[in-house]
Amino acid sequence: MNDVGVPVLRVRGLCKQYGKGEGLVRAVDEVDLDVASGETVAVMGPSGCGKSTLLHLLGGLDRASGGELWLAGQRIDQLGERALARLRRDRVGFIFQAFHLMDELTAAENVELPALLAGRSARWSRRRAAELLERVGLAERAAHLPSALSGGQRQRVAVARALVGDPQLVLADEPTGNLDSQATVEVLRLFEDLHSSGQTLVIVTHDSRIAATADRLITMRDGAFVDETRLTGGSAGNLGALAGLAEPYEQEI
Amino acid sequence: MGLTAIYLTVREVQFVQQEVVLAMLAKEPSHGYELRARLRQALGPLGDAMNDGQVYVTLARLEKAGLAASEQSAGRPDRPDRKVYALTAAGQQRVAGWLAEVSWPRPDLTEFHLKLIAAAAAGLADPLAIVDTQRRELLRRLRDAQRAALAEPDGSPAGLLLEGIVLRLQADLRWLEACERNWTSHRKDHR
Repeated sequence: MNDVGVPVLRVRGLCKQYGKGEGLVRAVDEVDLDVASGETVAVMGPSGCGKSTLLHLLGGLDRASGGELWLAGQRIDQLGERALARLRRDRVGFIFQAFHLMDELTAAENVELPALLAGRSARWSRRRAAELLERVGLAERAAHLPSALSGGQRQRVAVARALVGDPQLVLADEPTGNLDSQATVEVLRLFEDLHSSGQTLVIVTHDSRIAATADRLITMRDGAFVDETRLTGGSAGNLGALAGLAEPYEQEI
Repeated sequence: MGLTAIYLTVREVQFVQQEVVLAMLAKEPSHGYELRARLRQALGPLGDAMNDGQVYVTLARLEKAGLAASEQSAGRPDRPDRKVYALTAAGQQRVAGWLAEVSWPRPDLTEFHLKLIAAAAAGLADPLAIVDTQRRELLRRLRDAQRAALAEPDGSPAGLLLEGIVLRLQADLRWLEACERNWTSHRKDHR
């Protein structure tokens, strides 16, 4: 499935429209995107630019009005409801701004739940959840309810939950949107770790810090991609100094 | 290259050395290499830009200006610099004055602001394209600075400096968003 060169995500001419005639809104307007295996892509833009709608389309949470969508080489925009639900459960991990943890379940139970729903044994699920909570630095909090955790810790539980099924693609919608700056740093560290472990990630956000963990940054305006920036490889060296500093080292000499 | 070339400039390092070397001497009389090591620890990855010779040049200048005085010490045979520097009374006064001084680097936004105005007025370039180019640049710097900041252990002094650089870049990026909104509506009004 993960052939070299086949993008994990491939999007062509994706559209989402609401309303008709004069009231027609193009929330997502002819979007093309390829995300390679192991790549992190961030989509930024003002609120209302369509980035959350786009993420919902990519994860099969919503149906597109037009265009084509492939996950690891398989066309998924034409799947039936049941197949789509299975795909969301088994192959895509979701991370939301508001965490969406079950309040009545402990951290460990929240992480196990998707694995149990996917038909894994209780034993397998428990062990996998323990591994993931360890990885996000919350092994000691496994038995806590979400209400006993800080915002940053809840989001780390949500990240562990997103990873429990070894998803081909993780989609994150404003993962730092509800967090203060200290908790944001915890989540930034975790996303850097996901990235270096080779997880394929798409993040939509207006927080430039989480966007800066990406390899590639796309700017979205009025439903369309208007700018693309590669953040890795190659800007260093000839950059000017930061605001308030003088010319770069080389020029001064 | 990397971070060091990006964030520290010779001018800044010289500034650091002139005033800071003096203040660091206030702790105790020191060899040049001891001061250099303390500076590097405080700057972390940003300290790589520091030209090691600068500390000695600065110490010599401070001595010439009567702010520091040196004495030959027994030293170690493997260390070429046997001089121990100490603050003079004038040096102590200068340090006290510098600590009390309120100085802050000015963000240089005016030039960029006027660039957008001039470009739009003359029809030479699209202000939004200029904003996009600038944003790309700042985001790359943000990525580099943030990675370096996250790599520092909690409580590291260099991590604190990098955090400051990250926060400044974030503020600049937010201002660019405001520029973008302004010039987008400007374009719509003039269509």
